[in-house]
Amino acid sequence: MRKHPSESPAPHQPPYRVFRLLKEGIPDPVGTKIADHAKKVLHVDTGRVGCAKLFLVYAPISPSQLEEFAANGLRDAILHDIIINDIPKPASAMAFITVARFPGVTDDEGLSAQAVMEDLLELEPHLDQRVFSQDIYWFEHPLDAKALTNIAHELLGNPLIHHFEYGSGIPETVFDPRVSIRADSDTLPEIHPSVDLTGDDEALLRVSRERLLSLNAAEMRAIARHFEDAGVLAERQALGLPTHPTECELEILAQTWSEHCKHKEFSAIIQYRDLETGQSLTIDSLFNAFIKAATRRIQLDLRKIGDDWLVKVFSDNAGAVKIDDDRLFIWKVETHNSPSALDPYGGAITGILGNNRDPLGTGIGGARLLFNTNVLCFAPPDFAGELYPGQLHPRKILSGVCRGIEDGGNKSGIPTVNGSIVFDDRFRGKPLVFCGTGAVMPAFYKGRPSWEKEIAPGDLIVMAGGRVGKDGIHGATFSSAEIDEKSPHSAVQIGSPIIQKRLADFLQAACREGLVKCCTDNGAGGLSSSIGELATISGGAFVDLAGIPLKYAGLKPWEIFLSESQERMSLVIEPRYEAELFDLARLHEVELSVIGRFTGDGFLDVRYDDRRIARLSMEFLHHGVPRKSLVAEWKRPELSAPAIPQNPDYGQILLSLLGSPNIRSRESIIRRYDHEVKGLTVIKPLMGRSGIAPQDAAIMRFDHDSFQGIAISNGIIPRYGDIDPYEMSAGSFDEAVRQIISVGGRLPGSSGIRNGFWSVNDNFCVPDSVFDETMNPDGKLKLAKLVQMCQALYDMSVFFGIPMTSGKDSMKNDFRWKSVKISVPPTVLYSMAAKVEDVRKTVTSDFKAVGDLVYQVGETFDETGASEFLRLFGQLGDRVPRVRKETAKQRYLAMSYAIARGLVESCHDLSDGGLAVGLAESAIGSGLGADIALPALPLPLTSVLFAESHSRFVVTVRSGNRDAFERLLGPDAIFLGSVTSGGNLHVRAASKAVLNLPLAALTEAWIAEGSLE
Amino acid sequence: MRNTDTMNERNGRVKALVACGFGINCEDETAAAYRMAGAEAQIVHLNQLFSRDVSLHKFDILHLPGGFSFGDDLGSGKVLANKLRYKRMPDGTPFWDELLRFIHNGNYIFGICNGFQALVKTGLLPNISGGFEQEVTLATNLSGIFEDRWCRIVRNPGSTSPFLGDLSTIELPVRHGEGRMIARDAGIRDAIRHLRLDCLRYCDEAGKPTNRYPLNPNGSDLDCAGLTDTTGRILGIMPHPEAFLSFCNHPDWPRLARENRHSHSKDDGHGLQIFRTIVAHIHTSKCKERSEKMS
Repeated sequence: MRKHPSESPAPHQPPYRVFRLLKEGIPDPVGTKIADHAKKVLHVDTGRVGCAKLFLVYAPISPSQLEEFAANGLRDAILHDIIINDIPKPASAMAFITVARFPGVTDDEGLSAQAVMEDLLELEPHLDQRVFSQDIYWFEHPLDAKALTNIAHELLGNPLIHHFEYGSGIPETVFDPRVSIRADSDTLPEIHPSVDLTGDDEALLRVSRERLLSLNAAEMRAIARHFEDAGVLAERQALGLPTHPTECELEILAQTWSEHCKHKEFSAIIQYRDLETGQSLTIDSLFNAFIKAATRRIQLDLRKIGDDWLVKVFSDNAGAVKIDDDRLFIWKVETHNSPSALDPYGGAITGILGNNRDPLGTGIGGARLLFNTNVLCFAPPDFAGELYPGQLHPRKILSGVCRGIEDGGNKSGIPTVNGSIVFDDRFRGKPLVFCGTGAVMPAFYKGRPSWEKEIAPGDLIVMAGGRVGKDGIHGATFSSAEIDEKSPHSAVQIGSPIIQKRLADFLQAACREGLVKCCTDNGAGGLSSSIGELATISGGAFVDLAGIPLKYAGLKPWEIFLSESQERMSLVIEPRYEAELFDLARLHEVELSVIGRFTGDGFLDVRYDDRRIARLSMEFLHHGVPRKSLVAEWKRPELSAPAIPQNPDYGQILLSLLGSPNIRSRESIIRRYDHEVKGLTVIKPLMGRSGIAPQDAAIMRFDHDSFQGIAISNGIIPRYGDIDPYEMSAGSFDEAVRQIISVGGRLPGSSGIRNGFWSVNDNFCVPDSVFDETMNPDGKLKLAKLVQMCQALYDMSVFFGIPMTSGKDSMKNDFRWKSVKISVPPTVLYSMAAKVEDVRKTVTSDFKAVGDLVYQVGETFDETGASEFLRLFGQLGDRVPRVRKETAKQRYLAMSYAIARGLVESCHDLSDGGLAVGLAESAIGSGLGADIALPALPLPLTSVLFAESHSRFVVTVRSGNRDAFERLLGPDAIFLGSVTSGGNLHVRAASKAVLNLPLAALTEAWIAEGSLE
Repeated sequence: MRNTDTMNERNGRVKALVACGFGINCEDETAAAYRMAGAEAQIVHLNQLFSRDVSLHKFDILHLPGGFSFGDDLGSGKVLANKLRYKRMPDGTPFWDELLRFIHNGNYIFGICNGFQALVKTGLLPNISGGFEQEVTLATNLSGIFEDRWCRIVRNPGSTSPFLGDLSTIELPVRHGEGRMIARDAGIRDAIRHLRLDCLRYCDEAGKPTNRYPLNPNGSDLDCAGLTDTTGRILGIMPHPEAFLSFCNHPDWPRLARENRHSHSKDDGHGLQIFRTIVAHIHTSKCKERSEKMS
């Protein structure tokens, strides 16, 4: 059955226009907010701002039907006035902006309105979108075109996806948001224009560039050679396929071979040389040598002791670990950097929803999504330097990304339980947006192991979820390229959490009923990637593109196959379950279509009806990409010891630190994320008596039936890499471990309980690290940094016995404009999860009661290099905090034991800003003060207070537990003083006051009102 | 007259229908709440009700949970309200008639957050006129944003809602962007106050109702956090009692645990109390009704 929309809405018929305005006298908080932001951010005084909606109705309904639809379907009788087909103008309005979406951009509100119309008027559901929504803003003050453009672009929308109209009177024209259907849409699309690949490297590279393939000369040559092969030629001739690859074949190869999908640089052979020692070494794939090797070693160790919780690694969308015999924990953290640079809201929301689909599509599929975690790296929102064409202001990126996280999590009913924001000017090269999702899957569905992906020839390929449009064409290749002012706008997409929620509900039910053999998500590369990968299991696949439902006509076959339209999954279905599956989909209102079947003939065979579009050997598709060979050269940076003024004002330093971008409170952002839907969150990002105490790791229960749960943390400290990339990576790993220890986690193997899993997701985000004399002259050094980061990961992971169950790398995080190049600092995020036997025994960071004793646990060293403290003075320093993993491990074991025995009242890990900030944060959250006497140490006082030495905690203990605690921790327990009721943080050194600050001042500095908006 | 005889079939256990689908997302914890309170809970996709796969009349209480039905498009709960009012069942009769019959038969409806928003937009709450027209709305928070924060809520001492029993004050999380109650006119507003339909109100530490942000998180008129209808059998509230089923949901639980300030059984959260109250009430009243019928 043909599912392509074909009936064209009458193009000359003007639509019905329904204006929906707030009634006179009803406050308009959204308008007020826009007015505030215009004043604060753009320094434009708009006067009062009013918001209205415009609905365009292209459906052939009668005027009386329209009135009924408007009055009952679109209007809130208390809030709204409706005006039909007449353009209202509030008396006081002196200017307006209308915001419409470009054709094809997701318009959920329009679609919902259409569904309401169909319900209300009892119309048959229509395939094409026939109701659209637009926003209108009225301004009290007269504003010129420049001010209006500024407001529109900065506060109301994004010129990449929105059409704006401005004026002083009333909007006279209405933007037509429909996708114009091409005149030839009735004729079938051209089937196989082939692409000539004869010619020299320059010619091949031109093809790669012009078609946005992001393939290099060697890769293009490999493709050309494959099609020159006599066997291939003969076979193609026999089937009537052109000699040269078809457009679709070339696109499939480019997507499948993209850095995003094939991780060519993590798989490359690297010649590494230390220029100082002259030592050199050959690394046969970073992935194999460090990530796979470490995890494999841990897996073998676990098997030896018979604790087999590491169920699945190295394949599928995410790894799986065992909670118990009935349940698996699955999780994945990914980045969505490039899309977030172009449209921060769309980039973040599609990142989150896309990442949600990874656990949903692991094994058989249908895992229950438990939590989201997000880590963001931006330039500071008050960045005042120069921006280049194609760059958005960091403030706009921050606010858009946070709104995307808000909608992506909240509207999906997934709590955002933990996260972090790191600010550094260099992230204006590309913002980094890490999205993580954890999920729980039954270990067996109807007796079948859920983590396995089995496919046999003859199984059906079923596409489920949203329809296919031009969205996100070239997402995979685009994310594998640097951003410039010409970056493809079709890569911008807006996700729809509600369509995905329906899909997820359906999929969970279908898997539970045993109707799904397995599934995967359609992410980067769309169907070409999802089916191309699934087909490796059966040994081939056949797809008929004519059966795929489209959002609108006019897509070329290769576009259908490669489109990254969101909220879609590919299901593998045994034919006997087809009917039952379709019934269930109808209940959930999820669109399904059978688009092909799996085969075992070794080919990916794509057709449009009976015409061949592509036919590629699976072997060549997945193993034909030539390996890269790269060079890395390490040279230590030139460093100098810090020069800090004598006897500085420690109080002022602490206040400045508390208000600094990387330390100040995130409350204004966190409150907008629902962090407790599901009712299972136990340690949330904000807690304590004041409800604002920041926490180290999140704790969540798995369900309402037991108090078992999971701790979730994130370690990321890119600035340390400016001194030592190995220590940066090791330190980030330690940060993630110690945060979990801090709330009461227990190291692998130490609790004596089976299935006490720990798991880390590694996410590398680095600048282009491939040497090029003109384009990337420091590429060898950048690659050497990456090598060291991986070495540290191997060392830490094996030492602590924490395997990498999933991971990802993003290799081209640079911005380029003419001769300007901005590279992000090499960054790695370790997201960690660990099972917790009893969430009721976990510990929070805020002080609990007056009289409790305060300890520092763990030694401080004279290592302020790359600290937040030195950053205040504009210095880098020389000695970066070093991880001393042997002592750290002993300390962590002792701390876990102390917490399990109930000896610890509060625990906060020390990181940015050191001891002083740790004490302040524990106090701020509790409303209590502390009286501290620093021990005499052979260290500068600035180091004692502000050094960020790893593996340390601030702990409070009831006075009655003093002996027991000190016995357990030994010399690691450094007594500092006690918790006081005075509301003062009072710190003395050698009986001289160094800090004496009221809680109110600390809190005020830390909240730094408005600074993150 | 009641037409269910199901109390017998299920050994007198109260049966709750917890709706799901279309972006509703608190169905799991809501079902858990009813189970912990001693009821049977069944999660049912709204389309199963609309298609008569599942009959509403097999249940004692219909629960509309929190979430983002239809993504809050056109205003929170609006599209869901339209479905409830206008969706036709396979035989052509509107589902709305079915719902009115369910209410008429003496059953209960409880809406939380998005469920509350839908209830006011269908006209089921507060329904002072008895004609099921929309009398109040829940508009965008005065802050203009969605917020997740814990609030203190006090029961209107004059309220006789069977959902609230002798509750005094309770701390619960709110998680919404549209919770500001606005009455259609002064008449409705006065009637709400006069009839004490504003059964729950945002309050300060001392239990005094307040419109001060963030104690009152959304700027709600009458500091209103929840409304009942005139029969008391329909309740809608913005805060989420189903998110406080365990004491360790509270943002300050470690300190409160130390001070032994949480009452009830050791692990229970205070939100459970509301579910226990209504389940016990339904159980008692239906047992009574049955014994009356039998005698």
